[in-house]
Amino acid sequence: MERVRFYQIGSYAAGNRLLDGELQTVQSDTHRTNSLNSGHRACQGCGEALGARYALDAVMRATGNQMVAVNATGCLEVFSTPYPETAWQVPWLHSLFGNAPAVATGVAAALKAKGRTDVRVVGQGGDGGTVDIGLACLSGMFERNDDVLYICYDNGGYMNTGVQRSGATPHGAATTTTPAVGPQPGNDFGKGKNLPAIAMAHRIPYVATATVADLRDLEYKATRAMKFHGARYLHVLVPCPLGWRTASNETVKIARLATETGIFPVFEAEDGEVVAVSKIRRRLPVADYLQPQGRFAHLFGATPREDVIAKIQAEADRNVRVFGLTDPEVPVHGVVS
Amino acid sequence: MLKQIEGSRGVAEAVALSRPEVICAYPISPQTHIVEALSTLVKSGELAPCEFVNVESEFAAMSVAIGASAAGARAYTATASQGLLYMAEPLYNASGLGLPIVMTVANRAIGAPINIWNDHSDSMSQRDSGWIQLYAETNQEALDLHIQAFRIAEELSLPVMVCMDGFVLTHAVERVDVPEQGQVDAFLPPYEPRQVLDPEDPISIGAMVGPDAFTEVRYLAHDKQMQALDLIPAVAADFRAAFGRDSGGLVRPYRCEDAETVVVALGSVLGTIKDTVDELRDEGMSIGVLGLTSFRPFPLDAVRTALGGAQRVVVLERALAVGIGGIVAANVRMALSGISLHGYTVIAGLGGRAITKASLRRLFHEAAADKLEPLTFLDLDRDLVERELQRTRTTRRSGPAAENLLRDLGTRVG
Amino acid sequence: MPEASKHGTLPFAITLDPGSSLANKTGSWRTEVPAYVDRLPPCNDACPAGENIQQWLHHAEESGYEAAWRQIMADNPFPAVMGRICYRPCETACNRAILDEPVGINSVERFLGDEAIKQGWAVSVDAPASGKHVLVVGAGPSGLSAAYHLRLLGHEVTVRDSCPEAGGMMRYGIPAYRLPRDVVDAEIQRIADLGVRFELNTTVADLRAELDAFDAVFLAVGAHVGRRADIPAGDSARILDAVSVLAQVEQGDQPLLGRRVAVYGGGNTAMDVARTARRLGATDAVVVYRRTRDRMPAHDIEVTEALEEGVRMRWLSTITYADAGRITIEKMKLDETGFPVPTGEFEDLEADSVVLALGQLSDLALVEGLDDVTITDHVVQVGAHLMTGHPGLFAGGDMVPSERTATVAIGHGKKAARNIDAWLRGTTDQRPPRHDLATYERLNTWYYSDAPATVRPRLDLARRVSTFDEVVGGLDASTALFEARRCMSCGNCLECDNCFSVCPDNAIIKLGGGKYEIDLDFCKGCGLCAAECPSGVIEMCPERL
Repeated sequence: MERVRFYQIGSYAAGNRLLDGELQTVQSDTHRTNSLNSGHRACQGCGEALGARYALDAVMRATGNQMVAVNATGCLEVFSTPYPETAWQVPWLHSLFGNAPAVATGVAAALKAKGRTDVRVVGQGGDGGTVDIGLACLSGMFERNDDVLYICYDNGGYMNTGVQRSGATPHGAATTTTPAVGPQPGNDFGKGKNLPAIAMAHRIPYVATATVADLRDLEYKATRAMKFHGARYLHVLVPCPLGWRTASNETVKIARLATETGIFPVFEAEDGEVVAVSKIRRRLPVADYLQPQGRFAHLFGATPREDVIAKIQAEADRNVRVFGLTDPEVPVHGVVS
Repeated sequence: MLKQIEGSRGVAEAVALSRPEVICAYPISPQTHIVEALSTLVKSGELAPCEFVNVESEFAAMSVAIGASAAGARAYTATASQGLLYMAEPLYNASGLGLPIVMTVANRAIGAPINIWNDHSDSMSQRDSGWIQLYAETNQEALDLHIQAFRIAEELSLPVMVCMDGFVLTHAVERVDVPEQGQVDAFLPPYEPRQVLDPEDPISIGAMVGPDAFTEVRYLAHDKQMQALDLIPAVAADFRAAFGRDSGGLVRPYRCEDAETVVVALGSVLGTIKDTVDELRDEGMSIGVLGLTSFRPFPLDAVRTALGGAQRVVVLERALAVGIGGIVAANVRMALSGISLHGYTVIAGLGGRAITKASLRRLFHEAAADKLEPLTFLDLDRDLVERELQRTRTTRRSGPAAENLLRDLGTRVG
Repeated sequence: MPEASKHGTLPFAITLDPGSSLANKTGSWRTEVPAYVDRLPPCNDACPAGENIQQWLHHAEESGYEAAWRQIMADNPFPAVMGRICYRPCETACNRAILDEPVGINSVERFLGDEAIKQGWAVSVDAPASGKHVLVVGAGPSGLSAAYHLRLLGHEVTVRDSCPEAGGMMRYGIPAYRLPRDVVDAEIQRIADLGVRFELNTTVADLRAELDAFDAVFLAVGAHVGRRADIPAGDSARILDAVSVLAQVEQGDQPLLGRRVAVYGGGNTAMDVARTARRLGATDAVVVYRRTRDRMPAHDIEVTEALEEGVRMRWLSTITYADAGRITIEKMKLDETGFPVPTGEFEDLEADSVVLALGQLSDLALVEGLDDVTITDHVVQVGAHLMTGHPGLFAGGDMVPSERTATVAIGHGKKAARNIDAWLRGTTDQRPPRHDLATYERLNTWYYSDAPATVRPRLDLARRVSTFDEVVGGLDASTALFEARRCMSCGNCLECDNCFSVCPDNAIIKLGGGKYEIDLDFCKGCGLCAAECPSGVIEMCPERL
């Protein structure tokens, strides 16, 4: 997209009556497909429900609805398909917790064998299903460069089972298995894995991160991912009011703070190299992101843990430096301003 | 067309003739030769259209097959032993979702101790996975069962496991009759899925089912296997009509009609047993043998019919239900509910130990004289295990049993 | 058990038909329910002329300039004039000021006003003739506004003014460099074109007779009498008053100010006259004011522009004596209450003339004979409906108690017109209650693009001190569009679709045309729609059973 002149809410909001039709988001379309329909049983303000609909609606538009979704076990699966009702309006398959990428590979292989390469395959799961139990299958899918877009909805823990730690739980966060007790409360520093980096190390055609706070960026990436064939990975930050202990109306705000503090770098990479980043608009200290969240409440009690906050700040600073999140020279992908 | 080929090759050709669209596999002995052959057929273009996916684990292999099958493709994979256990979770999932995947299990023991040779511990461990399990007696039957398996699987929308003894069959070079493509095409119509992931008609497959319907779902799975009790013989009959030979079916009685003693077994050991039975018959013993081709569904009626008139039943099985004894035997006993006869369970051929005619003769004589223990371990080295048991009774840190036994064996041999 | 799948043969329970979750009405989870509300934007709230600023900006954002102009014209017949001389209380109130800088509402208004003149856009009287005839006394902003609105309401209107031309202070008070006369002429002509009858150079002498002759009378005589101060002065001291000076300039006379002019006072008129003096050739124009700059009643921009043009300021000073060629000033200081007190320090300044700009009074002679009209503190008392104690006699503008600006006067004119109309029809003008104010805290300003205000071009300084050319330029279409789009649409839906988008339950129905509806069957009451609404038009209310 080329940069166009000032449009009031520009590209920040979902829609904008001042923009041309082709610049409008999928979500602003009255007749959007609602891949994930009403009546699902996600918690109030669920970031994953939002992220999944955002992403899959975009893929539906990009593919002319010629798509199949494969879902790992987890919140998204449980809240969307309890018998006798499903909220999905796309062909959808749930097999197991740890095998969604492989199942997606199977679907893609079948479609290829049948000459239906126009039908595109999306695998999706939460961070537990992706970075932990599903990593072997995901890595296999990446390594074979199977024609699958895999989307991880990262809410930083096993929320469906009651908020346990995953390999994507942020440092310092309290979960039910990394409780806020003892001298080093919350999730240990020095542990955890960076799946976008792991994905990039496979040299797959496309890797990107996004959040539910930047709809247009998320849609752009889901759409762009469909321009490639082969293995693609999209890592979407989806705040979880239950596990993060935030108000249900703060889901988008918290995701926004994650990017504006540099905690969650938003970028895209092709063939293992970063090609664009989303710049921080108004940089904020990490405390602004941490403080509204109950899972970090132990850092802000009567005796604030400035030491821990400083360590988290250092992680954000590193992201800002490594990805050039405030560097005007680093390219951004074109969006309407 | 008659060919003198390895069992694995024969199976690979049968699978290829069945026109699978997705094949996925992870290497594990003794199954590897099958998928090696298939990969060559796909890579060379002889088998097309077909996608061959080199996966990173058996867990992934079954998962890929699930995805492929749900997308409407005829899917095939093969495994054995540890590999089968590693895919246990998707195995149950495939049957639960009703996906007609066909898989070869090249039967092999399960560790520890690690052992690559044949027994039935692997497939027996998955007998309740919801898959249909067919056991091949010969390489020809292994070949034929795969062709039948696709048809049975797809008619019922249930996965089928074709079990063939590792090495004993997979690596044995024998003469087999490999059908022509046209014959197979006539016998096996293209896969028409009962449910498929189709953007034009989207459905959700794999819902979460709670207490309100779970029992019904499981009942329906059971009912499908009960339907297979009719379908499997019907397909075998069709197969005989098309290909002119007996293969498959539920059970294979041999000289059972008037037998006082009937031996029950599955797989390649049936050949040795039949030879022994022939000899014993010649010697005047009233003995027969019942081969089980279908272990799941378990053909209760057929077994009862075959065994109902006998005075004793010897179930010889290549797997051990540790802590109780026989697996097949327990199933056979259920078929004989209310019938009074002597029942013996014989655990034989574990981890590839040869089952010799000599041992079988001895065994059947003891059985005919009702001198067998209810549970017998054929050719068990009593001295060896007694020494180990003694050691563990006296020494807390007696070390790993398997290695102790090997050491003892070494001592004895040396 | 639910009905069988439409697919019939699908595996029971494991495989489900798409979108069947619609059977699960998650609305029952809700403890709070969102509701769309309209809130009063602070600009509209602050506008003395009662303009629906946000609405006309909304039109302007889409380049709907004529629609925008008509929206202004619904409240105010002087967009081009107001776009120049209004002191912009809307911009002071604008929420965008908290984010970066206020929206340049005034400059967009001027653009629209100028565009209307350029394009010849006109309004017409659509209301049926009422058969009533209203006299408006005074052709200033208040009177003209009343005349315009009364005419639109179907009444005959006659406007009388003692001056030779209509416009009042717009013509005789505000210098041309701030308000070019062709602009005033054009906008007054548009009123005349509606059929308003003007009787100029005519003074109303007998109000009783007029009240009999007309069905109603609106008085808007303004405040044209300069307030005098008792300054000890020598015989040859030259002391003038600001209103007279400005009026003389307008009528083409050259007031004799001399080269050094002292202007006494700190209001906008003081600035006007000092800047006028510079344009008339005064080399030294000094404003003498008894308090400090921050306490000057003159608007800051006026002071700034005066300083730019070389006007000097003597803050904390009073004139104690004036004589030929010089004045004596006493320095003042502020006491703890901020009141200026003399210091006893004196200083002489050279000054050929002193112009008093100490405020204006109304000439209320014409109502003095009416017993039921009350005059207090030199202004006429009116009720909430702008009617005096005399039935059918209304008054507004500078002659009634209020802030004295053209914008307030225009607002009075509209209000008077509505009330006169109601009175003539035997009803009462009923306005709907005002919505709650759309305060900044209710907005989610993240969604507004970064955009500093557009700076209006200014006339080159050399020309400013030598001519009466207009100092401040207008926006062109592109900059006006930009400026309009800076509006945050506080308290009113701007159709951003955020609510429609951020609902995890698809429980917002987009009806089109900027309308949305909550789908109460599925809304779980999470509040994301309200939190992510840029303009704060969704309110979460407790759910009731």
